[in-house]
Amino acid sequence: MTLSVFHYLRALNGIVGRELFRFVHQRERFISALVRPLLWLFVFAAGFRSTLGIAIIPPYETYILYEVYITPGLLGMIQLFNGMQSSLSMVYDREMGSMRTLLVSPLPRWFLLTAKLLAGTLVSILQAYAFLAVAWGYGIQAEPAGYLSVFPALLLSGLMLGALGLLLSSVIKQLENFAGVMNFVIFPLFFLSTALYPLWKLQESSELLYLLARYNPFSAAIELIRFALYGRLNVEAGAVVLATLMMLMASAIYGYNPSKGFMQRKGNANI
Amino acid sequence: MLKVSSLSYSYGRKLALDDISFEVQPGRCTMLLGPNGAGKSTLFSLITHLYDSPQGRIEIAGYNLLQQPCQALAKLGVVFQQPTLDLDLSVLQNLRYHAALHGLPRAEADKRIQEMLERLNVSDRRLDKVRTLNGGHRRRVEIARALLHRPALLLLDEPSVGLDVPSRRAMVDHIHALAGDSHMGVLWATHLIDEVSDQDSLIVLHQGKIRAHGSVADVLQATGSADLDAGFRALTEAA
Repeated sequence: MTLSVFHYLRALNGIVGRELFRFVHQRERFISALVRPLLWLFVFAAGFRSTLGIAIIPPYETYILYEVYITPGLLGMIQLFNGMQSSLSMVYDREMGSMRTLLVSPLPRWFLLTAKLLAGTLVSILQAYAFLAVAWGYGIQAEPAGYLSVFPALLLSGLMLGALGLLLSSVIKQLENFAGVMNFVIFPLFFLSTALYPLWKLQESSELLYLLARYNPFSAAIELIRFALYGRLNVEAGAVVLATLMMLMASAIYGYNPSKGFMQRKGNANI
Repeated sequence: MLKVSSLSYSYGRKLALDDISFEVQPGRCTMLLGPNGAGKSTLFSLITHLYDSPQGRIEIAGYNLLQQPCQALAKLGVVFQQPTLDLDLSVLQNLRYHAALHGLPRAEADKRIQEMLERLNVSDRRLDKVRTLNGGHRRRVEIARALLHRPALLLLDEPSVGLDVPSRRAMVDHIHALAGDSHMGVLWATHLIDEVSDQDSLIVLHQGKIRAHGSVADVLQATGSADLDAGFRALTEAA
């Protein structure tokens, strides 16, 4: 018996469809995913507008408002939180046992995990576009083509951050450990990046902070999104995001491997 | 339908399964009895391919689970101990999701879903969210889901947990009838003696080892017990 392409497509359709359906019906999740970056945009950015001057740096060709600068960073934030939320729900599913229904399917595990990752990423892209729509109403507007060209960037960065969540879900033993993820993963990734301040600004205050932000893959994801919003491709950022995605995904697949992975070492038969 | 040979598994130094071998025949229920910590959950994790064991071999409907996992899992239906339905989706959506994972075309899936729900007397609830169903109905839906892709082997991991007495009785009767009708092999983990019928095959697992394997009459004879309850206690307390 060989698995047909149709089997793969139907399964992918099922996994993605389920995730989208759940998202559409979980209004609270949608609203909270949107409120967080909007608060940053309306309150934090508005407050800092006068204190943080942004020089002309690519891809911008003129002086910009601080709100314009942090918009790609907030798109990254949406995807970062979505990746962690997917990871959280996978750990929860595993504790509750429902992860088993997916893993017991007659499909290769790498495919099931990739399909799950893609489904979560598409949800994060929906959230990102909803945020862009509100930002547009607030006056932060890119060229119409920018809204199209940002799609592949959002896809790639969403996959990278989702893969990080997937990897974390394979190594985190219990739901309680998740608070640590906030402190040790989300906050450092976000604050030590170009989401809130450009690199030159960081370099002015600390060389160490500059280096950490310079080599943070989350910075690469944000720069990829920032350039894509202006119809430009940041090749270096794209390469870093792609390489990080592949590395994280390979580790996550290893983590979920029934004979080699991290699941085995947990000694938890209730997964 | 299921052949387990020389299977061992340990968590670090702790041996959870110690060289166990048995077969599950089609058309009847094989009841896996064992107290808590006997190794039932580990055995089910290995059969459902959540873990692999470097020692031993598992075959489902002739497919080696280690070498042909997809083919083997395609022949397996599972009802887990914990409820695994998505509470926010309807019965139909839950079953369609499962059918998609098994690669069934939509029309065929819908036909089978209707058949299966009618058979289990829950077709009137097909559009209801699972959250609104009681425990008995949810279990029926999980059984329907496990049977949707017409497996050769049905695995039941203490499926009656949380059910009231009438629902439990109905489920036990239904599964026994199903095994006979469909020539499917059933491996049923339980610690409730009254779920075992005289025609069943029996495996008693304790501390990772098989203490008894055979028909109910064989096990009673081997232990010299008048009833299964006494036989089970003799096997699990003596060790």
